[in-house]
Amino acid sequence: MSPVNYVYLAALLFTIGAVGVLIRRNAIVVFMCVELMLNAANLTLVAFSRIHGNLDGQIMAFFVMVVAAAEVVVGLAIIVMLYRSRHSASVDDASLMKL
Amino acid sequence: MESLIGLLVGFPLLGAAVLLCGGKRLEKTGHWLGVVLAGASFVLGAVLFFDMLGKSADERALHQHLFSWVPVESFQADVAFQLDQLAMTFVLLITGVGTLIHIYSVGYMEHDERRRRFFGYLNLFLAAMLLLVLADNYLLLYVGWEGVGLASYLLIGFWQHKPSAAVAAKKAFLVNRVGDAGLAIAIFLMFTTFGSFAFAPVLSNATEAGEGKLTAIGLMLLLAACGKSAQVPLQSWLGDAMEGPTPVSALIHAATMVTAGVYLITRSGAIFNAAPDAQTVVVVVGAVTLLYGAIVGCAKDDIKKALAGSTMSQIGYMVLAAGLGPIGYAFAIMHLVTHGFFKAGLFLGAGSVMHGMNDEVDMRRYGGLRKYMPVTFVTFGLGYLAIIGFPGLSGFFSKDQIIEAAFAKGGTQGWILGAVTLLGAAITAYYMTRVMLMTFFGEERWRGQANEPHPHESPKSMTIPMIVLAFGSVFAGGLFKIGESFVHWLEPVTQFEHGHSPLSAPVVTGATVVTMLIGVGAAWLQYGRRPVPAEAPRGSLLTRAARRDLLQDDLNHVALVLPGEYLTRGLVYVDNKVVDGAVNGTAAAFGGLSGRTRRLQNGFVRSYAVSMFGGAAILVAATLLMRAV
Amino acid sequence: MSFPLLTVTAALPAVGAIATAAVPAAKKSAAKWLALTVSTATLALAVAVLVRFDPGGARYQLTESRPWIKDFGVRYEVGVDGIAAVLIALTALLVPFIIGAAWHDADEVEPSRPNRRWRPTQGFFALMLAVEAMVILSFAATDVFLFYILFEAMLIPMYFLIGGFGDRAHAAGEEEGAKQRSYAAVKFLLYNLVGGLIMLAAVVGLFVVTSDQLGEGTFSLQQITEARADGGFQLDTNIERLLFLGFFFAFAVKAPLWPLHTWLPNAMGESTAPVAVLITAVVDKVGTFAMLRFCLGLFPEASEWATPVVIALALVSILYGALLAVGQRDMKRLIAYASISHFGFIILGIFAMTSQGQSGATLYMVFHGVSTAALMLVAGFLISRRGSRLIADYGGVQKVAPVLAGTFLIGGLATLSLPGLAPFISEFLVLVGTFSRYPVAGIVATSGIVLAALYVLLMYQRTMTGPVEKPEVRAIPDLRVRELAVVAPLIALLIFFGVYPKSLTDIVNPAVEHTMSDVQKKDPKPDHPVADKRWFDYKPVDDHAGGDHK
Repeated sequence: MSPVNYVYLAALLFTIGAVGVLIRRNAIVVFMCVELMLNAANLTLVAFSRIHGNLDGQIMAFFVMVVAAAEVVVGLAIIVMLYRSRHSASVDDASLMKL
Repeated sequence: MESLIGLLVGFPLLGAAVLLCGGKRLEKTGHWLGVVLAGASFVLGAVLFFDMLGKSADERALHQHLFSWVPVESFQADVAFQLDQLAMTFVLLITGVGTLIHIYSVGYMEHDERRRRFFGYLNLFLAAMLLLVLADNYLLLYVGWEGVGLASYLLIGFWQHKPSAAVAAKKAFLVNRVGDAGLAIAIFLMFTTFGSFAFAPVLSNATEAGEGKLTAIGLMLLLAACGKSAQVPLQSWLGDAMEGPTPVSALIHAATMVTAGVYLITRSGAIFNAAPDAQTVVVVVGAVTLLYGAIVGCAKDDIKKALAGSTMSQIGYMVLAAGLGPIGYAFAIMHLVTHGFFKAGLFLGAGSVMHGMNDEVDMRRYGGLRKYMPVTFVTFGLGYLAIIGFPGLSGFFSKDQIIEAAFAKGGTQGWILGAVTLLGAAITAYYMTRVMLMTFFGEERWRGQANEPHPHESPKSMTIPMIVLAFGSVFAGGLFKIGESFVHWLEPVTQFEHGHSPLSAPVVTGATVVTMLIGVGAAWLQYGRRPVPAEAPRGSLLTRAARRDLLQDDLNHVALVLPGEYLTRGLVYVDNKVVDGAVNGTAAAFGGLSGRTRRLQNGFVRSYAVSMFGGAAILVAATLLMRAV
Repeated sequence: MSFPLLTVTAALPAVGAIATAAVPAAKKSAAKWLALTVSTATLALAVAVLVRFDPGGARYQLTESRPWIKDFGVRYEVGVDGIAAVLIALTALLVPFIIGAAWHDADEVEPSRPNRRWRPTQGFFALMLAVEAMVILSFAATDVFLFYILFEAMLIPMYFLIGGFGDRAHAAGEEEGAKQRSYAAVKFLLYNLVGGLIMLAAVVGLFVVTSDQLGEGTFSLQQITEARADGGFQLDTNIERLLFLGFFFAFAVKAPLWPLHTWLPNAMGESTAPVAVLITAVVDKVGTFAMLRFCLGLFPEASEWATPVVIALALVSILYGALLAVGQRDMKRLIAYASISHFGFIILGIFAMTSQGQSGATLYMVFHGVSTAALMLVAGFLISRRGSRLIADYGGVQKVAPVLAGTFLIGGLATLSLPGLAPFISEFLVLVGTFSRYPVAGIVATSGIVLAALYVLLMYQRTMTGPVEKPEVRAIPDLRVRELAVVAPLIALLIFFGVYPKSLTDIVNPAVEHTMSDVQKKDPKPDHPVADKRWFDYKPVDDHAGGDHK
């Protein structure tokens, strides 16, 4: 199977993730969609690594995983705190960070 | 001897400095310091005068160079004095009359708590006036010129708790400032034309410059003279200046400062001689003012304002004479000196009358005062005879000469000027007789008033100066006339030409005497034979206009003050709304713009996400596009 | 290397500022005395600069030069010519008087108990000294970049002086007053920052063109002037004009020139009188000085190109400022507009491009500083007594406080350039210099002297004369010893320089000659020059012999 197909799959996943971020209100779901986009990007990195025949992309993928894990920790903590204080996990309810 | 000239200015300047900075310690004795220093200046002046007499005519002029004042490249101004015959004449007049009036003021201002300051200002005036006549260049003259303006401002407004005095002082300064601007421009013109503005180089080379330039300089000098000497169109301040204490009116607004314009024109004779157009304007200004002042003087019931009108008119004579050129300069100065005596005497007499009448100035509330104030009556009477040109007294000699010179101008101009001066003489006789009759003769109209005054003669310190001035009024003219000594004395400075009058001298003299008698007679018919009403009658249109100074204040108000006020108010509005508004508008525009932009930051995560994706999409599209191209 | 006198003169008040700021909260009078001592010592150093300066010597003297930012060719270069020397002396002279006059100005904002964090007195005087340091160094700077830094940096202390310690005498109440104050401070800052920003662009542009033409970029005034003199540095006409405009705009804001003037009445009106003096008499002079030194020195051809417009704007400033002064109801705003009129005269003198005009303009900067200081400080004393800036709230003060009224009058007379007082000399020189090249402009400007008499005397009449009608006025005390000690020396200086301006013209004239040769201009020649101008070479105008004795 041609590695290009993985790229198509990644594009599909990314689109799903992006749409999810835009249309879903639940912070947890939005968060999962962001993760989906990150993993789509990871998939692309690995696929291109294979296509070009060097390991750079795979190394980058590990970095992304680590960063994503860190992000999950921080992001989930924020979401939990937000839910505790406002009894809602909807992203539209929190709009305090404006001028 | 040269080195002493500076002291003439120095003495009164020292007096002013000590008296004005001295504080309360000098309250008791300060005025005598003022008198002594004014006297010292006079004595020094007299010494220099006799020294000068001992020399031959072309060696009389002295010069003292003190220091270089403002040197900037070709602009070289020095503090240097020049004492020639013309300056000497003024020095004696200023210090002489000045000292007498200082003495008079000791009595007159006795009860004023700010007498020390008054004497400080008087000394300041003497210093500035002496600087004016002693300067050897126009820039230093300018310092004296504005200096006397300042002293005049301070003294007119001396009783500044009266709003009218404060307003009059400001008006005098402002109107004078217009003239000063003229003098400044004249100096600029001299500098650009000759590269100098000292008397000697400019005046002895005046003819080298083109007539246009000289006419411009002459007209600017005339503007300056108009301001200082209260000539039409800058005459409006002199009547109001009578708000000042009477000795001030006598010294500054009759005898000395207001004649500075005549000095300026005479001093700049070389320029005017080469600019006939400017001379014509000078003559016209003199003639118009001569009649203007005389008419105003006829209508005023305030004794000082009547005398102020007279001053304007008499200075009109002098300016007219000065405008005639070398045939008139000497007579202008001669009339200036005799006028200094008799007008100062008249003002001091008026002050003495006011002193005895609870400071009343309305002549309709005087009457019959000759019994109560014999010395004042006699000295005032002598001054009166002198000013109307009674044969043998000093005013007769000096005025007669001017009338003769006016006829000698020649042509139609000569006839017109001669007629105007004769008419002026008649009106002078009329208004002065009116003043005399209303004050010293007739019923005692002050009786039975709410605050009835007790007329009494003034103390010695006031009467003695009046007596001395009366002597001057009687004899000065005759003395100057003997052998034409005055004319010869001034000739080296002002030059002299005999005018050739179409009428012979006795005819002119006869005409002068006749017109004078007509004026006196007319006044006697109106004010001597009939009782004077204590309230002013409504009067004819001319009388009412003349009471309002021939509407010149109204004219100034409409032509200058009102437009000025509107302009100022308009500009304040423009500055706030338009100029500042543009700035604030720009600020507000930026504020509004940022307000709009701020709305994009709505706090909703998903809208940020949309803009992010949108931005990313645009970037990708742009990249692809670029690659396609 | 010789003793760095200029650096020390500028550094002393800077160090003094830090020391004053560090004075403990409880010892506020120690802070005042420290500030006064430091500023007086600075005056002594400035006098030393004047003494060491040799008018007949090199153009720039007491020079120091050290590399600063090598990559951009920026050097720490200082040096004075005659113009800078007298302006440094003016600055150093005025600051002690300003501090003396402001002795109690910060007391009102003092907290009721000593507070370590909020020490307004210390801050107030420290800021003043900081301004002094920067102004002195900016007069001495001969490196454009160094000058630019100082030009901008002095805005910071000025901002706090205006906004933080403003005039509390506001008719509309404390709250409105605070609002006006902060408005004025922000306006001051924004105006000058915008000007400075445009200047920054021009400074960068200057670097680009010098590195283009001279091989390496430089900001050194001397180096650029020299390079231009031997032809190694020639600017494209359009670029020169653009650079000129960039510099000129900043200086015209600071000076201020119509129509960029509207910040000045607000700033002077809302700040305390001593700070207002600091603004108009000291800080604004940097603007006019910089026109003379940088605009004319760096871009002579563009200066000539811009002259007609600049002269027109200066004339508008003169008349416009004077007319608006006539229309003001607030004493301090009146003086501010009068200053705008006077800055018009200064700029007129600079751009008339004659020796009289430029010498006059330089003297004008000095004398205007002293005369405005005298007038404004006395006005400030009066305002602090009555608590109102409105002219209509006074009347008859002369009766109750004659010495105050007298000093006010002398300050006013100096403002209207009465002969015998110093400003007359400078104004006359500016006018005569302008007239000899541009007669019409000279005549228009001369009409300004009538308007000056109007606004000064109108204010004097309304405040000082007339009957005493208001009880608050009756309670006004006369000048105190401290206040008299502040004003009397200023008045003495006004009289001294009115009588003997030669002491300054001797220093200024050679510097003006250099500036004139920078712009390659010569004074216009008179039409019929008189060979010698001295009196004693002339015989009396007498050709008729004799005349007998009288």
